[in-house]
Amino acid sequence: MTETPTPAPARPRAKQSSATVGLKRFVFHLVLIAAAMVMIYPLLWMLSASLKPLDEIFSDPGLVPSSWEWGNYADGWNALPHPFEKYIWNSMVIVAGSILGNLVSCSMAAYAFARLKFPMRGMLFAIMLGTIMLPIHVVIIPQYILFNELGWVDTFWPLIVPKLLATDAFFVFLMVQFIRGLPKELDEAASIDGCGYWGTYLRVIMPLCMPALATTAIFTFIWTWNDFYSQLIYLRDVDLQTVPLALRLFMDSTGTTNWGALFAMSIVALGPIFGFFLAGQRYLVRGIATTGIK
Amino acid sequence: MTDNDVAVVRPKQRSSGAPPGHAASAPSPGPAQARRRTGTTIRSRERWAALSFLSPWLIGLLAITIGPMIASFYLSFTDYSLGYGEWVGGENYARMLDDPRLANAIKVTAVYTFVSVPLQLAAALLLAIVLDRGLRGMAFYRSVFYLPSLLGGSVAIAIMWRQVFGTEGLVNQLLALFGIQGEGWVSHPDYALGTLIILHVWTFGSPMIIFLAGLRQIPSMYYEAAKIDGAGVLQRFWSVTLPLLTPIIFFNLVLQIINSFQSFTQAFIISSGKGGPADSTMFLTLYLYDQGFTQFDMGYASAIAWLLLAIIAIFTALNFLMSKFWVFYGDND
Repeated sequence: MTETPTPAPARPRAKQSSATVGLKRFVFHLVLIAAAMVMIYPLLWMLSASLKPLDEIFSDPGLVPSSWEWGNYADGWNALPHPFEKYIWNSMVIVAGSILGNLVSCSMAAYAFARLKFPMRGMLFAIMLGTIMLPIHVVIIPQYILFNELGWVDTFWPLIVPKLLATDAFFVFLMVQFIRGLPKELDEAASIDGCGYWGTYLRVIMPLCMPALATTAIFTFIWTWNDFYSQLIYLRDVDLQTVPLALRLFMDSTGTTNWGALFAMSIVALGPIFGFFLAGQRYLVRGIATTGIK
Repeated sequence: MTDNDVAVVRPKQRSSGAPPGHAASAPSPGPAQARRRTGTTIRSRERWAALSFLSPWLIGLLAITIGPMIASFYLSFTDYSLGYGEWVGGENYARMLDDPRLANAIKVTAVYTFVSVPLQLAAALLLAIVLDRGLRGMAFYRSVFYLPSLLGGSVAIAIMWRQVFGTEGLVNQLLALFGIQGEGWVSHPDYALGTLIILHVWTFGSPMIIFLAGLRQIPSMYYEAAKIDGAGVLQRFWSVTLPLLTPIIFFNLVLQIINSFQSFTQAFIISSGKGGPADSTMFLTLYLYDQGFTQFDMGYASAIAWLLLAIIAIFTALNFLMSKFWVFYGDND
């Protein structure tokens, strides 16, 4: 409003350029770096605290330990009934089953929704979208009763079987969006070349879906690795506990007296997520962006 | 083998010249017999294929989603507990009315959601707009701001939060540098929920990514036109960016409200599973877990689950109703 409605202001701005713009940009970066620092400082601090002597955790907000206590990691690794690799292994088994289940079952359903014609397709698709929003809390009690009747409580099955049955509908949606973006001529060419539906799915659609499959695998990894609620409910046996359950056990038993070791194991728990984040960031961002927008 | 069938069948059908849908109704004998078979087999073959591709999902839908939903609704009218239960009518729902802990849980959940979601989205939008200017190092900033939202749901981060906001935690150590003596934030009934809200705001990265993708879809000619008309930075934001971004804001709002009503892990870890201190972090989900899986009062827990679903549904519906007044969908009307 205070500006004149002519293109004139553009000129002076161009003149003031070099020095002022440079300064502006500098301040801008300074503010952003400060904000970024605030965001990741707790993480960096936890990393350094996992290497600090105990008293320093409570007194030093800085990032450099006075002496490097690698022993925190050894302590934490052996602080629980099992050595920590046992919990990592349990988590890995569930993660591997979940990734496999999601990749197969969600891509199959997605292919049907994106490419095949069948009765009630629109309605089923709407139901599928609806289940994405359905809170797990509404179904968890009967699910628990069901799995209990099957004798599956205190096994990994309640955590893996639902993935084999495409209950993570979010990924079905993600892949439907992706397959719809592939040219339909490919399917037609495949069918002329003698491919049936399974052939088209396996030899044409799946290879082209690699980015969507990668996004699914990475998200499944992170969500399953982080998952606490359903593991808490289904895995009470100490031998079956996973990394999040082990951390919780650690904290509730000895944690408040041994923060260094607890932090060390927390860092171990966050490590794989961080790794996947670095390696697969492209897919993560694309996954969020495409499902978010369309 | 089946692949070959289709390959043989298709050209035949094409040479007959009849659209596949009509082939089945052709009355004449002889060649029509073949035609009928091909027409229907292709369609029914596609249906059977669809059924086989969908079967895992369909089984899951029935056995793991819809079945349990119905069962949960039924259970909410019983006093089911570990293999034994009787129909009690609306008793569980009547019991809700004078359950002060439930009323408190609703309040805690609502405060958490309606404070943290707007703050989180405001932070996400602000950073998205700043990062959208194509600065050097933008990919780096984006990664740093996005990382917490990947980690935020984990137990490890909740443990960290518990220490950071503890009596001798990082926050108080920093405050001590300024000579301020801080509280034990996590163990104080007035502040414990606040630490969870900060934790939620800290994970603004994923809505930020969605905003960034939305910003990139705004055609730059709008900005050029606004510039030519003399609009300043703020005015361009207010009159171009914001209106065109409202569908994305709406999307994020719906999604984040639904998610935050279901938050569980952080409150559970910070309060050692008790929702304390003094029930100040007792989310509805924690109360449901307590009733269903600690007390094994699964009938009442099912009723709470349906209350939670109803609350989420009501707020989502309200969100959609209100969207008519502020969400701008291009030139629809």
